[in-house]
Amino acid sequence: MRSSGGRLKLRLWQAAVLLAVFCAWHALTVPGVLPPFYFEDPNKAAFFFGEPLKVLGRIWDWFSGGDIYRHLWVTLQETLLAFATGTVLGIAIGIWLALAPTASAILDPYIKALNAMPRVILAPIFMVWFGLGMLSKVALGVTLVFFIVFFNVFQGVREVSPTVLANARMLGASRRQLLRHVYLPSAMSWVFASLHNSVGLAFVGAVVGEYLGSSEGVGYLILQAEGVFDINTVFAGILVLTAFALALDALVALAERRLMVWQPRSGETERI
Amino acid sequence: MTPALELERVTCTFVAGEDRAQRHTAVRDTSITVAPGEFVAVVGPTGCGKSTLLNIAAGLLEPSAGSVRVFGEPLAGINARAGYLFQAEALMPWRNALQNVIAGLEFRGIGPAAARAQGEDWLRRVGLGGFGDRYPHQLSGGMRKRVSLAQTLILDPEILLMDEPFSALDVQTRQLMENELLELWSADRKSVVFITHDLEEAIALSDRVMVLSAGPASHPIGDYRIDLPRPRDVAEIRLDRRFNEIHADIWHAMKDEVLKGYAQQRR
Ligand SMILES: Nc1ncnc2c1ncn2[C@@H]1O[C@H](COP(=O)(O)OP(=O)(O)OP(=O)(O)O)[C@@H](O)[C@H]1O
Ligand SMILES: [Mg+2]
Repeated sequence: MRSSGGRLKLRLWQAAVLLAVFCAWHALTVPGVLPPFYFEDPNKAAFFFGEPLKVLGRIWDWFSGGDIYRHLWVTLQETLLAFATGTVLGIAIGIWLALAPTASAILDPYIKALNAMPRVILAPIFMVWFGLGMLSKVALGVTLVFFIVFFNVFQGVREVSPTVLANARMLGASRRQLLRHVYLPSAMSWVFASLHNSVGLAFVGAVVGEYLGSSEGVGYLILQAEGVFDINTVFAGILVLTAFALALDALVALAERRLMVWQPRSGETERI
Repeated sequence: MTPALELERVTCTFVAGEDRAQRHTAVRDTSITVAPGEFVAVVGPTGCGKSTLLNIAAGLLEPSAGSVRVFGEPLAGINARAGYLFQAEALMPWRNALQNVIAGLEFRGIGPAAARAQGEDWLRRVGLGGFGDRYPHQLSGGMRKRVSLAQTLILDPEILLMDEPFSALDVQTRQLMENELLELWSADRKSVVFITHDLEEAIALSDRVMVLSAGPASHPIGDYRIDLPRPRDVAEIRLDRRFNEIHADIWHAMKDEVLKGYAQQRR
C-alpha cells in the first residue's frame, strides 16, 4: 500500500472535497451572497436546499440539547436488529439450501420471485401485521438484508473448491465437520462482501418504516420536519443517518479484517 | 496375501450434465493391484485418466463398472485407509500451515495439545519448522506441497495415493523430496500409488511402473517390474546402467501413446 505520508495526504484531500462541497452549498443558498440567477426571490434557494450552517446548527442543537438520543437509539436498535436477524437467517438458510439440491430446485422460482419483488412495498403490510412499533421496521429491514446475505452465502457454498472439499473428506471430516470447517469459512468472504451492502439496507428498512408510520426514530423526525417545510432539519437527519451508516460499515470492515486474516490482499510488500 | 488395493476391470465414463449423448470414457477395463508395502508408479500421457483412477481408488468417484477392494473389502464411500495427496491446491486457505497439518487429527477428535505437538514435529520433518503460522497464500507452491504431504502423512495411512506431488517443484527440491519420500516409505512400507508424467521419476522411485495408453478409453499397456536395488538415491540411480536400460524399454513402448495423446488434444 501507500506510505503513511501518502495516506495522510489522501485523508487531507478527502476532507478538502467535503469542505468544498459545504462551501459551494453555502455560497449557493445563503441569501445575498451570490446575485440571484435562478430563483428571483433570494430566500428561495435556501427554502429548497437548506443552508449548511443552519443544518450543522440543528445537528449541534440535537446533540447538545439531547433531543435526538431517544430517536437515534430507536432507529439504531431497529437497524441492528434487522441487520443481525437478516444476516443470521441469510447464512443459515443459504447454507441449508446450497447443500440441499432438491429443496433448492423446488424453491428456486419462489426465491427468484421474492428477490425480484420490490420489497419496500411490504412495509404497509408489516404495519398491519406488527403494528406501528419497532417490530414492523425490523421486519422490513430483515427482508431487505436477508436476500443479499442469502444469495451471497448460497453462491459462496457452491463455489467451495472441490479439491479442498475432497481433501477434507479424505482427512476424515464428517458432514458436520465439513460444514463447520469448510463450507462456513469458505462462505465467510462472500458474507462479508454482502454485509457492506446490507448495512445500508438495514438503515433503509428502519427509516422507511418510520417514515410510513411511527412515533419515534430519526425517520419520524424527518417526516415531522418535512410536514412544516423545515428543509434544514431534513438535511440534518440525513447527515446524521449517513454518519451512523458509515460508522456501522467501519465496524463491519474491522470485523472483516480481524476474521479474514487468511485472505490474500493485493501487494503486501514493504516499500523501503 | 490380500492386496492392499485392487481395482478390477474399472471403467469410468463421464456424462456432461443432462446430455446423456455427450459422454467421455476416461478409462476402460483397467485393473491395478497394489500389494501391501509396494510402491507402484502410474505414468501416462496427459489427460489419459490418471487422476480419475486415483479418485476411484480414494472412493471420491464411483466407477461406472468394475469393483474396488481395499485389503479384500469392497470399497463403499470414502477410502478411510488411504491418504490422498492431490494434484491441485487442496489446503484450506483459512487455516495456517500448522492448523492444516493437524486438521485430520482434529477431525478424529484428538486433543489440541497432542495434535499441536505432532503437527510441529511433522512440519519440521518436511522442512517447514518455523512456518506453522503462515497461511497458504503466504507460502510458495513447493512449501504448500510439503504442508500437504505432512497433512496426509500425519494420519499414518496404510495406503498413500499421490497425484503428481512433486511436479510443481524445481529439480533440486524435487530430488530432495523424492529421497525424503523414499526414506519415509522405507521406514514403514506403506502401499503407494504414485502418479507422474515423468518416467524417470517413476522408475527411480518405484517397485513397479504401470503405463497407461492415451485417452479416451485409456487402459494399461505395460506393467514393468523395476529391479533396481534399494535403498536408492534418486539422483545417482539415474546414472545407473540398468536404470537406462529400463528407461529405454518403457519409453519405447510409451512414445507412440504420448504422441497420440498430444495429437488428440491438439485437434
Ligand atoms: N468431472 C469430469 N467430467 C467430465 N470429464 C472429466 C471429468 N474429470 C476428468 N474428465 C476427463 O477425463 C479425462 C481424464 O482426466 P484426468 O484428470 O484423469 O487426466 P490425467 O491423466 O490426470 O491428466 P494430467 O496428467 O494432465 O493430470 C480427461 O479427458 C478429462 O477431460
Ligand atoms: Mg491428473
